[in-house]
Amino acid sequence: MSEVDIKNYCLNFGPQHPAAHGVLRMVMELDGEIIERVDPHIGLLHRGTEKLIEHKQYLQAMPYFDRLDYVAPMNQEHAFVMAIEKLLGAEVPVRGQYIRVLFSEIGRVLNHILNLTTHGMDVGALTPILWGFEEREILMEFYEAVSGARLHAAYFRPGGVHQDLPKGLPERIMAWTETFPQTLADMETLLIDNRIFKQRNVDIGTITVDDALAWGFTGPMLRSVGVPWDLRKSQPYEVYDRMNFQVAVGNAGDCYDRFMLRIAEVRESVKIIRQCIEQMPEGPVMSLDNKIVPPKRAEMKTSMEALIHHFKLYTEGFKVPEGEVYAAVEAPKGEFGVYLVSDGSNRPYRCKIRAPGFAHLQAMDFMCRGHMLADAPAVLGAMDIVFGEVDR
Amino acid sequence: MQDIADHISSSLENDVVSATIGNGELTLVVRADHINNVLTFLRDDPICLFSQLLDVCGVDYPERARRFDVVYHLLSIELNQRIRVKIETDEDTPVPSAVEVFPSAGWFEREAWDMYGIFFAGHPDLRRLLTDYGFKGFPLRKDFPLTGFVECRYSEEAKRVIYEPVELKQEFRDFDFMSPWESAEYILPGDEKSDAEANGGKK
Repeated sequence: MSEVDIKNYCLNFGPQHPAAHGVLRMVMELDGEIIERVDPHIGLLHRGTEKLIEHKQYLQAMPYFDRLDYVAPMNQEHAFVMAIEKLLGAEVPVRGQYIRVLFSEIGRVLNHILNLTTHGMDVGALTPILWGFEEREILMEFYEAVSGARLHAAYFRPGGVHQDLPKGLPERIMAWTETFPQTLADMETLLIDNRIFKQRNVDIGTITVDDALAWGFTGPMLRSVGVPWDLRKSQPYEVYDRMNFQVAVGNAGDCYDRFMLRIAEVRESVKIIRQCIEQMPEGPVMSLDNKIVPPKRAEMKTSMEALIHHFKLYTEGFKVPEGEVYAAVEAPKGEFGVYLVSDGSNRPYRCKIRAPGFAHLQAMDFMCRGHMLADAPAVLGAMDIVFGEVDR
Repeated sequence: MQDIADHISSSLENDVVSATIGNGELTLVVRADHINNVLTFLRDDPICLFSQLLDVCGVDYPERARRFDVVYHLLSIELNQRIRVKIETDEDTPVPSAVEVFPSAGWFEREAWDMYGIFFAGHPDLRRLLTDYGFKGFPLRKDFPLTGFVECRYSEEAKRVIYEPVELKQEFRDFDFMSPWESAEYILPGDEKSDAEANGGKK
């Protein structure tokens, strides 16, 4: 048989590809089935969030953060309200801090369930996603119980959280933490020792510590190479320093490690959720400073001052002193940061959103090079990309 | 933190314009053409070890002569310390690209080019990143309107997506709720007579 001259050819992956986790278009240059170059074209979900935020008051800008990484909405809000509080010098009551940690961890579980199960689906396992989404639905009911919305909660406010937990909710969450580990274990047994799952993930998309640092990786991507870096431990915010949990790390830095690491993180999150509910003190959930926090409705019926505060906060909004801050939280996908510049008025002058997925997706080219075409969805799945935050 | 600031400003006295600590964060203002020098130092110096470049972004101050700030956020995992590095530039002056020092700068610089039109010299692939194919203008500049200039829709006649100038059914409303007694920038008639100095150029 004579040698056939095979030319490289270009393949369009997406923008409507089920394994692209949204709207990602990747122009791939292939040599046979081997990927030579990947050029991700992003921005198909670009909504100009940063521009819109510059035209909104601080409180009005907050719901945009739910719409970034819509898989774990409250974690994004958290970074923004922390940036505002840092500029204002506002204090959050302890109960408010506990509720924030509680819902940040629920957000982490929400995110990881989605990622783990869709990652499984990308490489051929359909059952986990059906089981996992039942659990996600329960968690979103907790979101709904506190904020009235399953996804776009707008629950974290500058100075605390909007409302206290409704009666009975802590018990419901506690009951869920009893049953969930079993579901997780069931899901795990479907995947972790599965021959196909291992073939598709072990030694795929391997990175080293130097790569991870140079490309600005954070979160599970960085921990999968064995760097125990977690902002909840290293730069604790809210009441994370009172929580007893461990930081999971991998060692091989491949897709399989990242998968296992996220499972371990879910277990730790459940531990934190339990501790939050057990330790949560009574008290206010929001700062009592009426210059940034609106008064209670009942108060407004009797107090003129409360009425004026309410009117001022919902027309003019509060003013934030001049300055610039960078606030970061350990979002489920990595370090989610907000760089906020204030000019002293009631609107942000500049609000740069540092999304972890953006930095991770940028490395797609070097992580896919030399792999087979079929490995690209596995690499992408283990990266945990959500286009709401990448495209902003 | 003060020690690090002193160490950096003494080691890089030709490059660093100022080193300040505000809101518990360390900010360096450096000379734009020396940025790679500074970033390399911050990455490799055994006292700094800022091994991760987490973010690069632009900020627009149209009233300044050099209107753009380019802001770099670095993180040192070893020291558990963050640093912010700022440089100033304008529409025409290119900034040296940091891709050689930190590969992660690639997309962040593309984004800054896309949004502000800040040109990064030596960037291997400075294409637009987030905006539409064929987009014109730099949307995050303060003089770019929130509504943009074109809108697109699917045209049944042309059987394709077409672009048209933005047509607003009602005037774009941008309310200024700021209290005129505290912070408004306009001058009420007659104010200039009472105190000419306070009104001149004050923001």
